[in-house]
Amino acid sequence: MPERDPHDGAEQPKNFIRRFLAQPADSVGKTIFVAVSVCLLASMVVSTAAVVLKPMQEANKKRDKFVNVLQVAGRYEDGVDVEKAFSAFEPHVLELATGKFVESIDARTFDDRAASADPNLSVELRDDPAGIGRKSRYKTIYLLRDNDGKIDKVILPIHGYGLWSTLYGFIAVKADGNEIFGLQFYEHAETPGLGAEVDNPKWRAQWSGKKLLDDGGQLRITVAKNPPAAGQDFHVDALSGATLTSVGVDNLVKFWMGKDGYEKFLANLKAGEI
Amino acid sequence: MAQTRRQMLVDPLVDNNPITLQVLGICSALAVTTSLQVSAVMSVAVIFVTGFSSLFISMLRNHIPSSIRIIVQMVVIASLVILVDQILKAYAFEISKTLSVFVGLIITNCIVMGRAEAFAMKNPPVASFIDGVGNGLGYGLILMLVGFVRELFGSGSLFGMTILQKVTDGGWYVPNGMLLLPPSAFFIIGLIIWAFRTWKPKQVEEREFKIQAVEAH
Repeated sequence: MPERDPHDGAEQPKNFIRRFLAQPADSVGKTIFVAVSVCLLASMVVSTAAVVLKPMQEANKKRDKFVNVLQVAGRYEDGVDVEKAFSAFEPHVLELATGKFVESIDARTFDDRAASADPNLSVELRDDPAGIGRKSRYKTIYLLRDNDGKIDKVILPIHGYGLWSTLYGFIAVKADGNEIFGLQFYEHAETPGLGAEVDNPKWRAQWSGKKLLDDGGQLRITVAKNPPAAGQDFHVDALSGATLTSVGVDNLVKFWMGKDGYEKFLANLKAGEI
Repeated sequence: MAQTRRQMLVDPLVDNNPITLQVLGICSALAVTTSLQVSAVMSVAVIFVTGFSSLFISMLRNHIPSSIRIIVQMVVIASLVILVDQILKAYAFEISKTLSVFVGLIITNCIVMGRAEAFAMKNPPVASFIDGVGNGLGYGLILMLVGFVRELFGSGSLFGMTILQKVTDGGWYVPNGMLLLPPSAFFIIGLIIWAFRTWKPKQVEEREFKIQAVEAH
């Protein structure tokens, strides 16, 4: 039992609030009063913090995404002006089914994640190796042009389920629509030290120079434990101790690079129609 | 309480450590100690939460009805934890990404509620605050010790700086992968408890029963 308030019994305070507070803590009225007021106060504190800090959190998230686009395209250095470096990238909204850009949607405001949950903008997947449930029909992609204005690289968002979490990342593909320049995840909750080694620069570096398709146009890229006798160009070593994360990455890369993903777009890119 | 404030702050470090003596808050000690940086941020977050939750609960203690006291404590603790989470997301985005759900799980850290229930409900605010901070420090100390061992021998680095060059990076050190898995923290905490009890034999509990000698037939 908590102690009684020292005012209790000694004298009756005149003030209504003081008299109320002087009631024994276990009375019904006070129990309800305390419950309600503590909840109100706590919710005010929490919501104030959430609202006040929101702009900064959003800015952080956006910056983090920019940094990841820069990194995957090999344009990031410590201390670089992120906003300025990012302005070199051209955002476009891509319709996956046609592999063409949709100019009617503003790429700067289009939200891929929200679109993936929006029934009007997404489709439910029946064959779902990446474990994402729904797929947005539109994706924000980034073009990076070289000095002559020709497309140098395209940066494509990818995501899929690993062991514990959905991994969100980018893959950078060269203008031939086949050679990978880099792959990087910016959000995941895989096991630190094991699955989270997808962030390890040494592992990521393997992706550079790998090919998606063989000469016959067949999707060949694989993340696997043992390197095959032939086809080193399509092989990325799996992470040791993280079989399920590796399988997840394998599935999601195959999914997004395949017919449900960017296949059309990459073909268009190769044909020079972008 | 005849304890001085200094004692309240220092006692939970070794003599009455929440993890090694009271064996509270083990769960998060397993999860967040793979690297020192994460352990450090987690420690600061827990110190903040234990300190201020004890302070606020102590301020309210005469008005908290005993029938709903646990819920009231939880509301105070949870609000503070959300506050910490929001602040981390705004000012330390990178670290909040690595801590992910574990900040939220401070709510379930038994140390916070243990101190609220055992100390703050019966003591004045300032003393409760110091007690909370002290216990947070005790938790942090163990976290840092475990994090030190796990990061050094599991990843060959400290605070992300390479100390032992790993074989995978072209060095000589073969990292002990087990140290990156949660069970290793159990072993390390067990060893720390052993060390503490050898150093301070007073911490060894008396046996609850005596094993009888086998009678010869």
